[in-house]
Amino acid sequence: MNRYPLWKYLLILAVLLAGLIYTLPNFFGESPAVQVLPLRSSMKADATLLNRVDAALKSAGTNPEIVELDGNSIKARFADTDTQLKAKDVLKAALGDDYVVALNLQSRSPAWLSSLHALPMYLGLDLRGGVHFLMQVDMKAALDKSLEAAMGDIRSSMRDENIPYSGVNREGNALLIKFRDAASRARGEEQLKQHFSDYALSEKEDGGDFLIQAQMKPEAENRIEESAVQQNLLTLRNRVNELGVAEPVIQQQGKDRVVVQLPGVQDTARAKDILGRTATLEVRMVDDEHQVTPGGTAPFGTEMFKDREGNTLLVKKQVILTGERINDAQPGFDNRSNEPAVHINLDAVGARKFKEATRENVGKRMAIILFEKGRGEIVTAPVIREEIGGGRVQISGKMTTDEAQDTALLLRAGALAAPMDIIEERTVGPSLGADNIARGFNSTKIGFILIAVFMVAYYMMFGMISVLALAANLLLLVALLSMLQATLTLPGMAGIALTLGMAIDSNVLINERIREELRNGITPQAAINAGYEHAFATILDSNLTNLIVGIALFLFGSGPIKGFAVVLCLGILTSMFSSVLVSRALVNLIYGRRARLTSVSIG
Amino acid sequence: MEFFKIKRDIPFMSYGRYTTAISLVTFLFAVFFLATKGLNFGVDFTGGTVIEVHYAESANLVKVREQLKVAGLPDAIVQNFGSSRDVLIQIPLKENTAGAKLSDQVMTALHSQDASVEMRRVEFVGPQVGRDLVDNGAMALLLVSLGIVGYLWIRFEWKFGFSAIIANLHDVVIILGFFAFFQWEFSLSVLAAVLAVLGYSVNESVVVFDRIRENFRKMRKTEAAEIIDNAITRTMSRTIITHGCTQMMVFAMLFLGGETLHYFAMALTIGIMFSIYSSVLVASPILLWLGVSREDFIKPEKVETEEVLP
Repeated sequence: MNRYPLWKYLLILAVLLAGLIYTLPNFFGESPAVQVLPLRSSMKADATLLNRVDAALKSAGTNPEIVELDGNSIKARFADTDTQLKAKDVLKAALGDDYVVALNLQSRSPAWLSSLHALPMYLGLDLRGGVHFLMQVDMKAALDKSLEAAMGDIRSSMRDENIPYSGVNREGNALLIKFRDAASRARGEEQLKQHFSDYALSEKEDGGDFLIQAQMKPEAENRIEESAVQQNLLTLRNRVNELGVAEPVIQQQGKDRVVVQLPGVQDTARAKDILGRTATLEVRMVDDEHQVTPGGTAPFGTEMFKDREGNTLLVKKQVILTGERINDAQPGFDNRSNEPAVHINLDAVGARKFKEATRENVGKRMAIILFEKGRGEIVTAPVIREEIGGGRVQISGKMTTDEAQDTALLLRAGALAAPMDIIEERTVGPSLGADNIARGFNSTKIGFILIAVFMVAYYMMFGMISVLALAANLLLLVALLSMLQATLTLPGMAGIALTLGMAIDSNVLINERIREELRNGITPQAAINAGYEHAFATILDSNLTNLIVGIALFLFGSGPIKGFAVVLCLGILTSMFSSVLVSRALVNLIYGRRARLTSVSIG
Repeated sequence: MEFFKIKRDIPFMSYGRYTTAISLVTFLFAVFFLATKGLNFGVDFTGGTVIEVHYAESANLVKVREQLKVAGLPDAIVQNFGSSRDVLIQIPLKENTAGAKLSDQVMTALHSQDASVEMRRVEFVGPQVGRDLVDNGAMALLLVSLGIVGYLWIRFEWKFGFSAIIANLHDVVIILGFFAFFQWEFSLSVLAAVLAVLGYSVNESVVVFDRIRENFRKMRKTEAAEIIDNAITRTMSRTIITHGCTQMMVFAMLFLGGETLHYFAMALTIGIMFSIYSSVLVASPILLWLGVSREDFIKPEKVETEEVLP
């Protein structure tokens, strides 16, 4: 009765082998590395760049262990962090501003392992060191700004249409427009309906005044909030590139929050400075009369800027408009040619200035420049086809939908950037990270040894089998964590230790049950079978209740709790497998074949 | 080797009155300390800034305090952390302060005093975050409790679910009582440990309940109290061995895991101790008191309706 069919042994063996392969990379560890990424998507990392990097590193006397092309980046691995830091400076100087040079860690495991996607566990910030920021987008400011802009626009549109009105006021999230008589109110309402579709209108009388209350529609409010977050995400991505971080995490969390994780960053003051910077936008005329000579000096009254493809343009110093005048920029389509386009909406003052500028410069090019930390980049430089009034501008032609999307986001980034505040910061220095790994590892190791010694002493051979099953559990858990590339944190390591401490429960249950059956006087073979059979229902129940806890922790936990919960859930699954199947397979191998078994070694 | 060779069942249920009384007293003490002293919430929940720094030589705390006073931070709490060379600086959250920039100010101030100072860790938590964490923690606790009651209800019977959750929440309150009494810092990882204990403790009750159910099916003529006594006695060996093993692992964390894992392991230690007690001596008496009987598992055999026969 205590025999497994061959396929069951093979299955268990295959699972354990897979576990071993995926656990292996953790033993090889990781080496400090430098990663070079092109800053713009139009540039590719290729063999030429590889040779440049290699040559620069060799001439500086930093000897990389390996330099290789990995996707759209070049990675160079070094023996120690000192060489890594030196190499970073060397490459920064050699490659200039067009590339991101980031510090990274690279697996030391052999190529055949990496080709199986067997990677070491992904260490969280508390183990590898780095910064975690939680930022909150100020939604109220975004809405305020949009309401303020609408107030100005309503005033000028009433003036343009010669509708007599006596004032526009703000009341919470609504605007109140006052008219002297019902007739002008009717005209005003018509005008508002046409041009301000984001607002729900209702009429009101108040002490002889004829009022229209314009309430922002919920969907418009949602759109403004959504775009405020999107635009902040984009700006953050651009800025993080500049910090030179290898694997940054920039994610929206909830409705109005953004998580930024920068592994390996130590200079938090600089990180905060760069992340918190505000971008500005300027509209100027392009100077096409003079020749552009890259590297030469710009003629008097002009400046040189690069556009996103890397071409240099000469731009006049005189500013037509700044970003504050832009209310909104959205990607869309040209309604005549159906080509992708960007629609820009200017406020009243902006519209007037834009009208003047376009009237005088038909046929010339204008440039929209995004400034960040004093460095400008041309977002787009379209040709002015005709005089544009009314504050509605469309940029189109030779654009893909993706480019239209990007341009719109960049324009918004410089325009109505809703301010962001850091509401949570967690920084862990590299020395503490290394200590945390050592502590977590040590306590697991010592705990495991203690349990192993006790189990063998108490249950003899069955204790030995339990310990082997527990080791299989650890192997599979680490393999699973490596395979899923789940983030391992210090609470996660505590989770591994605790899971092992709890997983032994299943084996204790089985062993106690077998002893009890033996005491009742049945044969050893039957006792083993009955022990496993009876204990299984209990094991299932107790593991499932634990799984409920793990899942709830995962759903509602944040930060350290989540890391702990992931390990707990995975550990329950692996422990079910190893404590029941693996240990039974071992018992069957050792005792199952003997037909006349008189005693078993269970202490 | 065998620690437990118990020939006759220990009459646990006849002590039921005393054990529940002991529980009730401990529980009331825990509630009392929670109400009077309250929990010493860590920066995760209250908001504020915590900075851990490391000096090359023993740190002079007095000088550090003075330096921070000069930098305009008189309320900073400065203390050693683990060793004399590690210093923990806690700055409460105040309105209109620099928020996230505060840690940079502190580091600049400390650096000007002693260039060997090394930043180990910075935690800044704004007021908005702390509130969310408290809400989420409460939500997790509620969901875990409901999930467990629900599962035990389906798998056993409502009486089991009810008595298990009472016993386990009693463990949770007692852990919290310890944290209130000693004013240990209650952080997010401690919360994780408390919730883990909830699962662990249920696990414990489930093992005993499983045996009770099995006994009800096998021992047809026995009273409920005796059935429970037998179930507890039979599982006692396993209970002690399992918890001993888990506790060995937890002790390793308590003593070797460093400051970060210390209170996490502490909460687990208290939790493990009390979950043994509660699942045996609280959950089972409640079960008995709720009137668990064989009929909860086995449908009573229908009496043949003889009068219909001719």
